[in-house]
Amino acid sequence: MAEPLLKVAGLQAFYGESHILHGVDFEIREGEVVTLLGRNGVGKTTTLKSVMGVVTQRTGSVRFAGGETIELASNRIARLGIAYCPEERGIFSSLNVEENLMLPPAVKAGGMTVEEIYGLFPNLLERRRSQGTKLSGGEQQMLAIGRILRTGATLLLLDEPTEGLAPVIVQKIGEVLQTLKSRGFTILLVEQNFRFAATFADRHYVMEDGRVIDHLTAGEVEKNIGKLNEYLGV
Amino acid sequence: MFELLGIPPQALFGQLLLGLINGAFYAMLSLGLAVIFGLLNVINFTHGAQYMMGAFVAWFGLQFLGINYWVALIVSPIVVAISGVILEQLFLKRLYHLDHLYGLLLTFGFVLIFEGMFRYGFGSSGQPYENPLPGGVNLGFMFLPWYRGWVVVASLIICLATWFIIEKTKLGAYLRAGTENPTLVRAFGINVPRMITLTYAFGVGLAAFAGVMAAPIYQVNPTMGSNLIIVVFAVVVIGGMGSIMGSIVTGFGLGVIEGLTKVFYPQASATVIFVIMTIVLLVRPAGLFGTQR
Repeated sequence: MAEPLLKVAGLQAFYGESHILHGVDFEIREGEVVTLLGRNGVGKTTTLKSVMGVVTQRTGSVRFAGGETIELASNRIARLGIAYCPEERGIFSSLNVEENLMLPPAVKAGGMTVEEIYGLFPNLLERRRSQGTKLSGGEQQMLAIGRILRTGATLLLLDEPTEGLAPVIVQKIGEVLQTLKSRGFTILLVEQNFRFAATFADRHYVMEDGRVIDHLTAGEVEKNIGKLNEYLGV
Repeated sequence: MFELLGIPPQALFGQLLLGLINGAFYAMLSLGLAVIFGLLNVINFTHGAQYMMGAFVAWFGLQFLGINYWVALIVSPIVVAISGVILEQLFLKRLYHLDHLYGLLLTFGFVLIFEGMFRYGFGSSGQPYENPLPGGVNLGFMFLPWYRGWVVVASLIICLATWFIIEKTKLGAYLRAGTENPTLVRAFGINVPRMITLTYAFGVGLAAFAGVMAAPIYQVNPTMGSNLIIVVFAVVVIGGMGSIMGSIVTGFGLGVIEGLTKVFYPQASATVIFVIMTIVLLVRPAGLFGTQR
């Protein structure tokens, strides 16, 4: 079988003196949607940031599309075709909606066009002259996702895209992620809302104390629901 | 009206023009300081010395290499910008993660070194620089020397062009976004460290450009920057760090206010800007155009 699109092995990460990741291992094949599950503070966000190179103190191996990226700066990693949507969304207040949308440079051919993105998120088209941070939380999340679809990146790292949003918006984002999956994007999703993620994810990794401790395919979720609830502390 | 105030129109408009000229330099220098501070998190105290170096490169070029004023307007900012790149690469970039104070101390140290070097090399008496646009026009109410008119117009164009680039172009969007969240901009694939270096070069080049423009008006001397930079810092505080247009408006505005003070109450002309600064700090600590962080 071909090498997975992303293969993380023995990933360790540090913030100054604190050791956050203690050897994370997982992989994603092209076109898959994979989630990282776990309680707060187990290292899910740090894992995404380490893959992206935003956390710079990291060791181990992160192979993307056949190449090692552990030594690369985040701008180089982005150019390989990985795009990142942070938990806090990172909408720029000094840029309007359209400038926010157009900010990430195209790194590869084959990204979605601006029209397609506006088609996915009609609200953004209406408000494209507004200041980025004047949008509602849901609209900001749509903008944060929308702007990384233009770049041609093939792997999307999404950190809690439904956090703090109303159910109707969560549903909308779920539909969008379905669409993206059917368009062939590979997605690594950090999510607290497991029921939301279960509707379209192919596989789930469970993290605890800076490690991956379990792995479930979509089909295995039903009969392991008790164990999952224990992991997630719900 | 002029008779009522007891002030001849020539004096009033003369001081107004002088105020506009000073304001042009305040605006160009505070603009560069604001752009540099936004992205580098460094209060570039060396700015005044770099303005002085711009004037000296122009003077040196004219004196020894036969480079005329118009060529110097292009060449001198490039030379000083390159020296800025070296400074940034060797020293400044090690300080970005530290408190502002460290950058301020380092760049203040450079002021002392640069001024000392130029004083050692060229003396402190000042070198004259020939006016490239002699003559002028009598407007009836005042006499307008060509060169002074040129300085006001050219600096306005430069300021507005800078504003346009930063507020209305893609490049400016990167700059604004990088000022807010450099980590994320870098994670989008932008080479932020290089953008920072080029921004510093641009800000410093702008200071050098102002220095070349100042050369025919003021004496080219090693302390010309120090005399100006304290006022420019006051301008930046009054305008607020956040806004490009704020720097421009505040720069020109305070120049004019200073000029008018010279007409109506000359005793206060040296302090009026600092009085305004005190009031602004009390009423709006983030400055007139700044946003509270």
